[in-house]
Amino acid sequence: MADLSIDFCGIKSPNPFWLASAPPTDKAYNVVRAFEAGWGGVVWKTLGEDPPAVNVSSRYSALHGKNREVIGFNNIELITDRSLEINLREITAVKKAWPDRAMIVSMMLPCEEAPWRDILPLVEATGADGIELNFGCPHGMPERGMGAAVGQQPDLIELVTRWCKTYTRLPVIVKLTPNITDVRAPARAALAGGADAVSLINTINSITHLDLDRMVAYPIVGGASTHGGYCGAAVKPIALNMVAEIARDPVTRGLPISGIGGIGNWRDAAEFIALGAGSVQVCTAAMLHGFRIVDEMKDGLSRWIDAQGYADIAAFSRKAVPNTTDWKYLDMNYQVIAHIDQDKCIGCGKCHIACEDTSHQAVARLVEGNARRYEIIDAECVGCNLCEITCPVEGCITMVPQDSGKPYMNWMQDPRNPRAEVALGEA
Amino acid sequence: MIESLQHLPLAAGTHGVLAERFSDLAPALTARQAAIESARCLYCYDAPCTRACPTGIDVASFIRNIHDQNIEGAAIGILKQNIFGGACSRVCPTEILCEDACVRNNDAEGQPVKIGLLQRHAIDNAHFETHPFQRAPSTGKTIAVVGAGPAGLSCAHRLAMLGHDVVVFEAHGKAGGLNEYGIAKYKLPGDFAQREVEFLLSIGGIQVQYGRILGANLQLRDLHTRYDAVFLAIGLQASRRLGLTGEDAPGLMAAVDYISTLRQARDLAALPVPRRAIVIGAGNTAIDMAVQLKRLGSEEVTLVYRRGVEAMSATGHEIDIAKAHFVRMRTWAAPLEVLLDDAGRVRGMRFEETRMEDGRLVATGAIVEIAADAVFKAIGQHMDGDSVVDPLALELERDGDRIRVDSDFRTALPGGYAGGDCIAPGQDLTVQAVQHGKLAALAIHNDIQSVHTKAGA
Repeated sequence: MADLSIDFCGIKSPNPFWLASAPPTDKAYNVVRAFEAGWGGVVWKTLGEDPPAVNVSSRYSALHGKNREVIGFNNIELITDRSLEINLREITAVKKAWPDRAMIVSMMLPCEEAPWRDILPLVEATGADGIELNFGCPHGMPERGMGAAVGQQPDLIELVTRWCKTYTRLPVIVKLTPNITDVRAPARAALAGGADAVSLINTINSITHLDLDRMVAYPIVGGASTHGGYCGAAVKPIALNMVAEIARDPVTRGLPISGIGGIGNWRDAAEFIALGAGSVQVCTAAMLHGFRIVDEMKDGLSRWIDAQGYADIAAFSRKAVPNTTDWKYLDMNYQVIAHIDQDKCIGCGKCHIACEDTSHQAVARLVEGNARRYEIIDAECVGCNLCEITCPVEGCITMVPQDSGKPYMNWMQDPRNPRAEVALGEA
Repeated sequence: MIESLQHLPLAAGTHGVLAERFSDLAPALTARQAAIESARCLYCYDAPCTRACPTGIDVASFIRNIHDQNIEGAAIGILKQNIFGGACSRVCPTEILCEDACVRNNDAEGQPVKIGLLQRHAIDNAHFETHPFQRAPSTGKTIAVVGAGPAGLSCAHRLAMLGHDVVVFEAHGKAGGLNEYGIAKYKLPGDFAQREVEFLLSIGGIQVQYGRILGANLQLRDLHTRYDAVFLAIGLQASRRLGLTGEDAPGLMAAVDYISTLRQARDLAALPVPRRAIVIGAGNTAIDMAVQLKRLGSEEVTLVYRRGVEAMSATGHEIDIAKAHFVRMRTWAAPLEVLLDDAGRVRGMRFEETRMEDGRLVATGAIVEIAADAVFKAIGQHMDGDSVVDPLALELERDGDRIRVDSDFRTALPGGYAGGDCIAPGQDLTVQAVQHGKLAALAIHNDIQSVHTKAGA
């Protein structure tokens, strides 16, 4: 079985699976259970100044799928509601008992130098392997000038990061908020401030659903609600893109990334790692299923690495980054056409109605007595993938690359582009 | 009605104990099960299940409504196509209709969505303050419907919706037809059939007259004279005969008569129950009969059919029910002789074995005797010749023993229409009868309107 160990900006971990800063890492009891279950590391739930935060009752809500599987998860919890002293004592004890696991301490303090200067040495004294700066929390804390309120201002990110690099020798990971237009700006700021790594994404501002009788959103506190932070499988595509944006940005290229956002199985983890992550953090999946899920995650990742012939995680890390580019560099001469495997087709007609109503009228419905046969009209198919997506049978509709006989030509080279940089034939 | 079985012992046990054996064959889905099952529907376009439904229920739509917790919307989607959606969800052979067509029944999966149970969930759980369908403004026309079974009442309900008044003439003391008198008790238990009829009639504009028997105290010519149209939905009232000596001996009777008595019995413990019984036939009625005898306490029930299992008209699902009740199946045996004891009562039957030879069923000469205290015929029904004998009724053209109609359910008699089992070839399904009634109502309405238009022009 493949070696899953990692060295993430100097932080060693027996596997890349860390629990993100959140309720599962709130206290020693949970973290010890996580380590017993096999997690490679934890990011301890965010410490703050005393007195500790106070939480409301009714804290989570979720977006459910058709079978009540949780697609997205929303929370309005604040940072730790326990004292700094208790947290530091527990962190010290747990790290001492589990020296091979990564222990990262999440922190959130006001944008003033003094608190950072005072508290960082206390954190360092616990024996922790690194700190993560919570610049991402989108609910509650920003109203007090912390969390995402900092993460949305690159100059503040740079400032605080620099303070941290000044007052501790520990690696500094800056956790980024996705509630921003271009995630590259805060990542560049973190790098400018001396950050050893970034982690992303934190949760996304969200309202999952409403009680339409009471006319109030969930979670309901008294008769009211507030927006929370969204996570779980639903946010994975957003997280993957943001990780890739930073991984391929010329400024931040090479900056270690701890990937977070909807990771629930080994495949999700492999995708984050391939797009630039050096470790991955999990929260929602553990909250829904318990810590034991790390067993299948490690086993699946390890077997896949073996099957692919990679030596370790580093061997495929960032391998998909060069293949992630701007739209303008995509090959305009590339063409795929849908193909329906008639032996697998169950005749549900979903490809037909999807294409007929909303796309290119490229799926013909042939009536043969009481039977129906669905066929692609090659000449009309633009290769959009909609039919393949709507088909309930995996592998029934495939998108088949066509041999156009034409060379690579991107939009910048395309004569149809009035702003083409190079006209064909003149190059 | 069970005079011929009077010499047999009564069912063992109290009515209460026996009644428990006639509760629902398949339990209803819980709300949670319905949520899970409805999520399995792929919401097909041009869905095969809908094409397979004789009444054309938009299955994908009602299941989506169930999943979205719009139970009333789901129920209306069903009822607008099939006002007997509740009964059909229980008695339809879904395994040869919608669920057979379900795309999830493909080779790789083999697990169709439980459409019948979902339909039942919608109908059973929908709550309507008033009847969910409104009547159109009155047309001033009154239509006579003969027979208050699924075909007749489906027609009556649709006619009422279209603004006509309807008078339904029913021979029995209750409406519902085979739903009330003919379906196995464990399929439509309790008073479900009557509650469904009450719901249907609550649209208004439908009057039901009971004890009105066509050919006896009701004549077609009178109906034809007095009403704007007549819809005949008289079913098949007579049981086929075996054509053997001893056919009228004590101990031999038609399965439908026993089932009818069983369904109407206030005290199941008062029913005569043979210790050993033979059921002759291979359709769903034969299965219903055999299984109900088992549930009443018969020790040995042998279902005898002159052809092989593959030729049985009972569905695989029904045959499984029989097997689960330890009903013996004796195929390739044709009735030869009713065996009587010294008192002239049935003591068994003699059969001759059969086989297929050059595509024809032939007797092999080998004899099989099966001892039994009673023999039940379930070899099919035909139209009661006495019901259509007045001079006008004789004008009705026939196809065999059924009334001939055109594609709009018109008989040879102008203004006369017919539907349901009295016209249907092949499978005599409740759902088919409902569709006949609905389509006949639309045809009657269109014909009346076009006459009206011509008259006005």
